Amino acid sequence: MAAHLKKRVYEEFTKVVQQQHEDLSTKKLRLTKPSKSAALHVDLCKATSPADALQYLLQFARKPVEVESVEGVVRILLEHYYKENDASVRLKIASLLGLLSKTAGFSPDCIMDDAINTLQNEKSHQVLAQLLDTLLVIGTKLTENPSVRMRLVEVACKHLTDSSHGVRNKCLQLIGCLGPVEKGVAKEAESQAAKDVQKIIGDHFNDQDPRVRTAAIKAMLQLHERGLKLQQAIYSQACKLLADDYEQVRSAAVQLIWVLSQLYPESIVPIPSSNEEIRLVDDAFGKICHMVSDGSWVVRVQAAKLLGSMQQVSSHFLEQTLDKKLMSDLRRKRTAHERAKELYSSGEFSSGRKWGDDAPKEEVDTGAVNLIESGACGAFVHGLEDEMYEVRIAAVEALCMLAQSSPSFAEKCLDFLVDMFNDEIEEVRLQSIHTMRKISHNITLREDQLDTVLAVLEDSSRDIREALHELLCCTNVSTKEGIHLALVELLKNLTKYPTDRESIWKCLKFLGSRHPTLVLPLVPELLSTHPFFDTPEPDMDDPAYIAVLVLIFNAAKSCPTMPALFSDHTFRHYAYLRDSLSHLVPPLRLPGRKLVSSPVSPSITPHEDPSQQFLHQSLEKVYNFQHLDPQGIQELLEFTIRDLQRLGELQSELAGMADFTATYLQCQLILIKALQEKLWNMAAPLYLKQNALAPAAAKQILEETYKMEFMYSGVEIRQVVIIHHMRLQAKALQLIVTARTTRGVEPLFGMCEKFLQEVDSFQRCFISELPHMQGSFVDKLLDLMPRLVTSKPSEVVKILQTTLRQSTFLHLPLPEQLHRATANIIEPTGESDNPLRFTSGLVVALDVDATLEHVQDPQGTVKVQVLYPDGQAQIIHPKPADFRNPGPGRHRLITQVYLSHTAWTEPCQIEVRLLLAYNSNRSKASAKIPKSTWSESLEALPQSENGIEGTIPFSKPVKVYIMPKPARR
Amino acid sequence: VLSLFCLGAGAGQDVGRSCILVSIAGKNVMLDCGMHMGYNDDRRFPDFSYITQNGRLTDFLDCVIISHFHLDHCGALPYFSEMVGYDGPIYMTHPTKAICPILLEDYRKITVDKKGETNFFTSQMIKDCMKKVVAVHLHQTVQVDEELEIKAYYAGHVLGAAMFQIKVGYESVVYTGDYNMTPDRHLGAAWIDKCRPDLLISESTYATTIRDSKRCRERDFLKKVHETVERGGKVLIPVFALGRAQELCILLETFWERMNLKAPIYFSTGLTEKANHYYKLFITWTNQKIRKTFVQRNMFEFKHIKAFDRAFADNPGPMVVFATPGMLHAGQSLQIFRKWAGNEKNMVIMPGYCVQGTVGHKILSGQRKLEMEGRQILEVKMQVEYMSFSAHADAKGIMQLIRQAEPRNVLLVHGEAKKMEFLKQKIEQEFHVNCYMPANGETTTIFTNPSIPVDISLGLLKRETAIGLLPDAKKPKLMHGTLIMKDNSFRLVSPEQALKELGLAEHQLRFTCRVHIQDPRKEHETVLRVYNHLKGVLKDYSVQHLPDGSITVESILIQATAHSEDQGTKVLLVSWTYQDEELGSYLTSLLKKGLPPSTS
Repeated sequence: MAAHLKKRVYEEFTKVVQQQHEDLSTKKLRLTKPSKSAALHVDLCKATSPADALQYLLQFARKPVEVESVEGVVRILLEHYYKENDASVRLKIASLLGLLSKTAGFSPDCIMDDAINTLQNEKSHQVLAQLLDTLLVIGTKLTENPSVRMRLVEVACKHLTDSSHGVRNKCLQLIGCLGPVEKGVAKEAESQAAKDVQKIIGDHFNDQDPRVRTAAIKAMLQLHERGLKLQQAIYSQACKLLADDYEQVRSAAVQLIWVLSQLYPESIVPIPSSNEEIRLVDDAFGKICHMVSDGSWVVRVQAAKLLGSMQQVSSHFLEQTLDKKLMSDLRRKRTAHERAKELYSSGEFSSGRKWGDDAPKEEVDTGAVNLIESGACGAFVHGLEDEMYEVRIAAVEALCMLAQSSPSFAEKCLDFLVDMFNDEIEEVRLQSIHTMRKISHNITLREDQLDTVLAVLEDSSRDIREALHELLCCTNVSTKEGIHLALVELLKNLTKYPTDRESIWKCLKFLGSRHPTLVLPLVPELLSTHPFFDTPEPDMDDPAYIAVLVLIFNAAKSCPTMPALFSDHTFRHYAYLRDSLSHLVPPLRLPGRKLVSSPVSPSITPHEDPSQQFLHQSLEKVYNFQHLDPQGIQELLEFTIRDLQRLGELQSELAGMADFTATYLQCQLILIKALQEKLWNMAAPLYLKQNALAPAAAKQILEETYKMEFMYSGVEIRQVVIIHHMRLQAKALQLIVTARTTRGVEPLFGMCEKFLQEVDSFQRCFISELPHMQGSFVDKLLDLMPRLVTSKPSEVVKILQTTLRQSTFLHLPLPEQLHRATANIIEPTGESDNPLRFTSGLVVALDVDATLEHVQDPQGTVKVQVLYPDGQAQIIHPKPADFRNPGPGRHRLITQVYLSHTAWTEPCQIEVRLLLAYNSNRSKASAKIPKSTWSESLEALPQSENGIEGTIPFSKPVKVYIMPKPARR
Repeated sequence: VLSLFCLGAGAGQDVGRSCILVSIAGKNVMLDCGMHMGYNDDRRFPDFSYITQNGRLTDFLDCVIISHFHLDHCGALPYFSEMVGYDGPIYMTHPTKAICPILLEDYRKITVDKKGETNFFTSQMIKDCMKKVVAVHLHQTVQVDEELEIKAYYAGHVLGAAMFQIKVGYESVVYTGDYNMTPDRHLGAAWIDKCRPDLLISESTYATTIRDSKRCRERDFLKKVHETVERGGKVLIPVFALGRAQELCILLETFWERMNLKAPIYFSTGLTEKANHYYKLFITWTNQKIRKTFVQRNMFEFKHIKAFDRAFADNPGPMVVFATPGMLHAGQSLQIFRKWAGNEKNMVIMPGYCVQGTVGHKILSGQRKLEMEGRQILEVKMQVEYMSFSAHADAKGIMQLIRQAEPRNVLLVHGEAKKMEFLKQKIEQEFHVNCYMPANGETTTIFTNPSIPVDISLGLLKRETAIGLLPDAKKPKLMHGTLIMKDNSFRLVSPEQALKELGLAEHQLRFTCRVHIQDPRKEHETVLRVYNHLKGVLKDYSVQHLPDGSITVESILIQATAHSEDQGTKVLLVSWTYQDEELGSYLTSLLKKGLPPSTS
């Protein structure tokens, strides 16, 4: 019968198909669309066995289907679906239906009815489940249509009684994703089935199959996510599920409980087996805490993570999580933490030498000891001791979040966090150090805790040490002994790992400025001054001595009495350090000395500090130079640039701004110089004998503008337009120079055209900014544009030359924040005299360690360059994983560079430096353009300007001594 | 019925000499076969003659299970199998099988060679004994015979320690051996699934202790060692060769690595090296960290820890030495101690418990002058520290395990009576299960409630589940069917099938009842009235008026005839089968109330 039917259908369609085939041979392109569904149909009809049909379907699924032909394909598939006897083929068809309805731009409402109809007669559970899945896809595409959703939910409810778990699973998923969320709709809908989705789903919390139970909970969570307010009644049901045999059910149940505790934190629930009542959030907290000691680690991770976000829990419960009543032989024992605290408060150091120091004290009332049902008790103690590091990390994170919101808890969890510094897994240690830093504003370290913290300074992992330095930067220490201890340990760290120098100095800077009063009594000892005798002057280049001075000077900033304790050489050293390490040493008001920033009038408000004022003033001066003679202008510019550069060195916070402006002025200076050259007055052929200042100038300006655009973070559109303007000027200069130096007009045509296009695109990109550019080069140029377009190249050049000379200097508005991207290569240090020997032809790995500041997207832009003595250069792209992000705006590159070369007779130095890659396509200017209107036209433009890729070296090169040896035979 | 007998002096309410006999559903299993460290006479081994007065042990015992390699759990094994005579299977995990003979050999050497005892087991006996051992994997179900099966779970404590589930039919027992619920530097935590055994036999060494976090102890330990080494002092750590020693080694090794320390660490050689070899091999039995990092580097291949030579003790400069034995009563550790005791820069750290009378115990209790052999007085100037590194579950851990396994009964062994009393009370209070703590030689009998499996025909199951609402996993469900007990098997089948199988004819049981109704009208009119009445009342049932003048409600038949004497009284004959009893009796009571007065 089936065979007969197949044959008949095949016969019916043969005519059509053959037509298609004929067409195919002649007009291939046009007819691919209809042929697709037809071809599928033919294939399916040809299939003699289910396995064959399945193969065809699988092949078909690999090819994409166009939006227009989706419906036709679906019809054909459905047709075959009804005829097909084999369940596996039907299953594949059902899954294809789902795939097809996902096609972008296809609205699946037309096939929904058919899909629902297929459900009716389906016997196979697997196919049913797949069909429901298809419906889910359809439903999610039609979420805006409430009646469709209603209908699908009804269908799902009908199949909820199916005996297969897969079908029930899908039904619940469907209800979860599509069930009505708004209250009003539920009332309007007369269908009883969809009346209360929550109840329907809730009924399946007790399903016999764990997978269905999980699906039910997940559906409930899905409803919550879609905005339905879950009923509180579910809470007790969910609590029962916590004791389920299956981990996935427990894991989902924990989530559900968490959701409910966030929804109804304040409602009251009774405690079973007593008449007491507690807040729901507290109860839920206790229950989730209980799950931290679950048998499955997946559940433990889940529970520990969720604990962190339960901030409404009462402090009484919260503090219990850190409490684990110790006992030994039924006698109450104090924890090591408590003992440490007591010793500390009683004012003596731990003797710790006696056996039985921890001897248990009072007897415990046996009735009062709860061994397990104590809810929140010790949850974190367990979590932090867990076998799996995933759980421990989750617990540390949770501790961090809870401590951030509760200072008292922060104080209490300190001991535990400090303990985590000794975890066996580095990730956990690092995480706990970071956590501690995050909560450091809430805590003050006791001496014994500090001791433990500082012990980690000897860790061989650089990440750990630096995280710890960061932590110390923002830690509060309670006593002067603490400060002393910290200093001593940091100095020890410095001798053991000299590369940590910068980080340690920075750490001491903050330590000093945070605790001036604690440092004060330590000053004589630290400087080893003596009331009667002069002590020898310490070595100024000793990093340890500098470290001590950094601590003291930063403390002295807010402690005016301190400088009185300094000896003479200290003042001298101050002057030296203030100059050489200005980012670490603050300006001090020293007695008998002129202050560095002298003209401080008391009326000045703090936010307008004098150096900023200076910056603005000098810029003002420069902008008014128009009245000066050319020589004066040059001099003024030169002086201002020098001043600004110096200012940048002194004031680290203004460095970006000062450098930026200085660069801009530099460009202007070069431009002016170039324009004043004598060559312009000479005849072109004589030019070559002159020095080549002008072309070099144009090139340099171009380079500088790229630097300005890509090396600074915080550059706004106002600055970008000026940078581009400068670049345009440079290009004009280039054009003029070329025009003068090259013979013949042919090459000039192309250049002129290109230049005009650039002017054009400049205008389009920055149309909004043009009003601010009165009298500028581009302004004048745009006025002359009609003339330029029609005139010959030689004329264009002439016009450009005059415009360039006449144009005014544009004011550079300064943004709020401007930071220059900097990089500092810490390793290799470049100081080694031992060449790195390796066999030529093989590779040697060079460890590169650098800090990057204010680099946006370092993974994409930062490259390492290696320059060999033979001029060969190699650019290496570090892996994204090599970049770490220790703080905002800062990055750390730790990577390995592979070197290789042919044999040398002598060791020689190679240069390693970091480059910042840029691509003018990615420039901020093009990002600002509204995409829809401009992108197409921009694409049409020649990519000359838009596609320029280049690199800016932004770190000092480091020399590495290497020696490739010839291979031994 | 489950019966349990604590054979060893150790197992019940005491530490040492673990040996328990379990008889479960007719199978006899011996759990552990330990010796007692404190005795040197016959009392050191359990009294095996107790098991069978006459007859061979092999006939009586179905299998022996050893939980881990500590001598108080396996020390009597060669004696038991070779000297008393047992040829049945002995089960233990792979690491236990590997390490156990080393320890037994060591034990034999000390007893025979050093103390000169005779009538002790020989090396050959240890070898023969190990040949009877069957090694098992974690979570592998081993079928001992058709009915008895055992399964091992991870127990922490020492390398290869396992908990065993013993199952016969539907009765099961879990024996924990020694276990540890908190992970340490080289082993993970014990874990068991929710196997709901009838009985959980748990150790209870720390029944009344809740311990502080391990990190504090570790930190203290490391800090003390570090400080002493920095000062230039020497650190002596007396340890037992296996177990804690490896944990401390790992601890120090990683610390040295982390802190970039250079001072040498030595480990006194001997059986440790052999054992360390096995630690390297059985990586899967260790904790997460070691398991994950062994590809780069096996943590037991120590970089900083080297073998100790006697001459090293006199070397200048700082060093750390692990030396056996752990209580400083003899051997290398005592020798080193005597050399270093005079210098206050040095330190000795006792990582475990010391028996009274040993040097270790003396110095821990604060004695500063020790009398050595030969009337020498040794003045102890070095620092003495005590650090407890024990790998047993504390009270909270025990409770946690009980919560995980959800047993129906709990039995505590391997602990002190007074402490167990407390824990017993707690367990009963918190979990509402029975808890036992038998003394040595006491037999405990526990009555179980075994479930009996019955095969049900698929047709019947489908039919019955179709009637009710959705099947509910947790609740019992009522089913109608016929239970056939035949050839030691139970089957639940539908009545029809049962009849067919048994070759019986079906009998129908019908109830018939007559109801008198006063109605002067004609019969068929009465019938019509009854029909209308029933139709009105029983809306949910199919009520039919048949052409022959009778009414059917579902399968119940109602016929009306006039009373032979009184034409005004009609007799309604109601007839129903046994299955429709409920509806039938309801109908009769309804009809007995009479018909409503007709309005027409």
